Amino acid sequence: MHALPAAAAPAPQRRLITGTVLAAGSLAMFFGGMLAVWMRFRNAAPLKESSNGKLIADWLPKGVTVHDVAANLMLMTLVAGCFMAQMAVYAAKRKDNVHVGLGLGVATLFALAVINAQAFEYSQMAVPIRGGVYHTMFYAITGSFLVLMIVLSAYTVLAAFRYLGGRTGDREVLASVALSWYATTGIYIAVWFLIYVTK
Amino acid sequence: MTTIDTRTEHGAFSLSGTQAGSGGLAALTGWITTADHKRIGRLLIGSSLLFGAATFVLTALLGLERMDQNGSVLDAGSVGQLFALERVALPFMAAVPLLLGLAVAVVPLQLGARGLAFGRAAAFGFWTWLLGSALVVASFIGNGGPGGGDSKMVDLFLVSLGITLVGLLVIAGTVATTVLTSRAPGMTLQRVPGLAWASLVGSVALLVTVPVLIADLVLLGVDHKYVRTPGFGANLDLLGWMGWGLSQPATIAYSLIALGVVADVVTTASHRRSTLRPVFLVGVAVAATAVLGAVTQKVQLLEWNGDAGSKIQDLLPWALFHLLPILGPVLVLAVCGQALAAGKIAKVSPAALGFSVLGLALVALGTAAQALTPIVELDLLGTTYEEGAATLILGGAILAGLGGLIHWAPKLWGRALPAGATLPLAGLGALGVALAGLPLLIAGFQGQPAMAGSGFDYDLAPEVLNLLVLVGGAALALTVVGVIALAVTSLVGEPTAGDDPYDGQTLEWATTSPAPADNFAEVPRVASAEPLFDLKPGRSDA
Repeated sequence: MHALPAAAAPAPQRRLITGTVLAAGSLAMFFGGMLAVWMRFRNAAPLKESSNGKLIADWLPKGVTVHDVAANLMLMTLVAGCFMAQMAVYAAKRKDNVHVGLGLGVATLFALAVINAQAFEYSQMAVPIRGGVYHTMFYAITGSFLVLMIVLSAYTVLAAFRYLGGRTGDREVLASVALSWYATTGIYIAVWFLIYVTK
Repeated sequence: MTTIDTRTEHGAFSLSGTQAGSGGLAALTGWITTADHKRIGRLLIGSSLLFGAATFVLTALLGLERMDQNGSVLDAGSVGQLFALERVALPFMAAVPLLLGLAVAVVPLQLGARGLAFGRAAAFGFWTWLLGSALVVASFIGNGGPGGGDSKMVDLFLVSLGITLVGLLVIAGTVATTVLTSRAPGMTLQRVPGLAWASLVGSVALLVTVPVLIADLVLLGVDHKYVRTPGFGANLDLLGWMGWGLSQPATIAYSLIALGVVADVVTTASHRRSTLRPVFLVGVAVAATAVLGAVTQKVQLLEWNGDAGSKIQDLLPWALFHLLPILGPVLVLAVCGQALAAGKIAKVSPAALGFSVLGLALVALGTAAQALTPIVELDLLGTTYEEGAATLILGGAILAGLGGLIHWAPKLWGRALPAGATLPLAGLGALGVALAGLPLLIAGFQGQPAMAGSGFDYDLAPEVLNLLVLVGGAALALTVVGVIALAVTSLVGEPTAGDDPYDGQTLEWATTSPAPADNFAEVPRVASAEPLFDLKPGRSDA
């Protein structure tokens, strides 16, 4: 065995941040892949004349009405959740545990609100899953996002317990939570635009 | 930034796999709960080799089925499913896990790290992959898979393939994170060993490509369960939507790690600093452009008709997605050729060199061959040509992986494989890949349909071509089984390998064989791409 000279003290690793960035990239590709197939079907749909005389894709099945309010509210809530998660990072740098707890607590509440809004959207739209390819794809995409929100809320709660339980030296996990919120919001913006806005 | 980890994630168990009060059960529990990267890598390598051997037996059986136009060898109703199983198993149960297993086991040692980033996540990834793979096989046995007759089993296939892919993604994530965050001080990305660089690029390629395939599986799974839309989620249409993930150029992205294996084996064999190292780094990155073509989820057809504008519109995506990736393995081959020509080859296992160089040559051949598939004029889409190119690329990658296994065996279990017995296997393996792949390319030109056991006829003796495929599959199965047998017998029949048996140049050869639980007693400092050369006085190039 060769005697190698010992190195200097280790530098910060930022493993969790790196892992979060890679996971966020993978999730973006996952939702991008699903939305690409959605767009392919939408573009292949026959054209019809809209109420203002323009030709549009006849993709939205008859009887399906998209309720914009809940979808828009989800977007605003997610953006607000990003602010709260970032506030927790900011407060942690200043060793302000009260505001770390407040930021993560409110972010968790917002995550639950998004889940609730998605459930409300389902009940309002009442899309029958056996109705056709639009229906199955709608549930596959929004259902996957719902799973992502559940994981994000669990991660936020876990980070809160971990930090408030005394591991205040490990701020990387808070930055990772904030990054996860940004990534989730970015993904939702794409879902929101393609499924709820352009329909 | 170069960093080094201070914590290790080995769980409650020591490297020897025993807790207080050792015994068979404790050792087994130690293996099941391990978070040690060397053990996880060995579990991945071992399992993938078993799946690989089974897949090549299937290749041989399907060759036999194609020889017999009456279709009496295999059950006519299950032939299509067996073809599908072969297409799924070759990348996701054999090639990718084998290469990731090598990366998991060796890359932290090469980086001077004390462990893999998120070791427990890697263990979770392995067990998830194993469970998913077992369920995929079970779904096929239960008449599932694409085109299967039992809808519940088709659902199980879609779910279990998704589970398999998630497991591979988690492992790829840990490998990429390790290379990015756990390098020894002084080891910039330009100085990382070839395997570590290819593992980073290959893992990121998987992290970009595989989620798109999982997305397709989710969409198809929901549609198949509730509606079965014709042309989308119906049993016979599934492969049409997910087939891009089993074909070219996606398979090129799956085999990127193999390029790094070959580069490291050759560099070690040449016993000199690589003067063309930047070319290698660029070569791997260029090969990764295959990802761009893969994630479009369709073949970029080259129709070559219409005006000049239409021709350029066709030509550019084809050149970017199918032509450019060829440059990657060609550049790496050139770098390896130059290193072997300039160096004095000694000490390194000739079998490792044979397996890896021949494997890379076959990957390069398959990558070059796939560029013809989208040319409409040649009418190769939907023929065995695609299968042949995939076999060459993935079979070549598996051979390179076997070369890596033989090369790093001293670090993985402390013994070298006997050179006399392994060298003929390299030739047999290369012959096997060539015979399993090249005849399918020729048959593709003759119009033999893909994934069909009968219903074709052409001038060029289909029986002979498919007999060659049968022989190729059998040779490959023998090769894999032979390497497994030699690896197992080396544990009792071979003397302990030295710490640095090949006079290596990278950090894995600076620790003991096999490496201890935390890999390195002291964190090493790196000043070049060949840190051990800096420490060995008397080298002509040191």
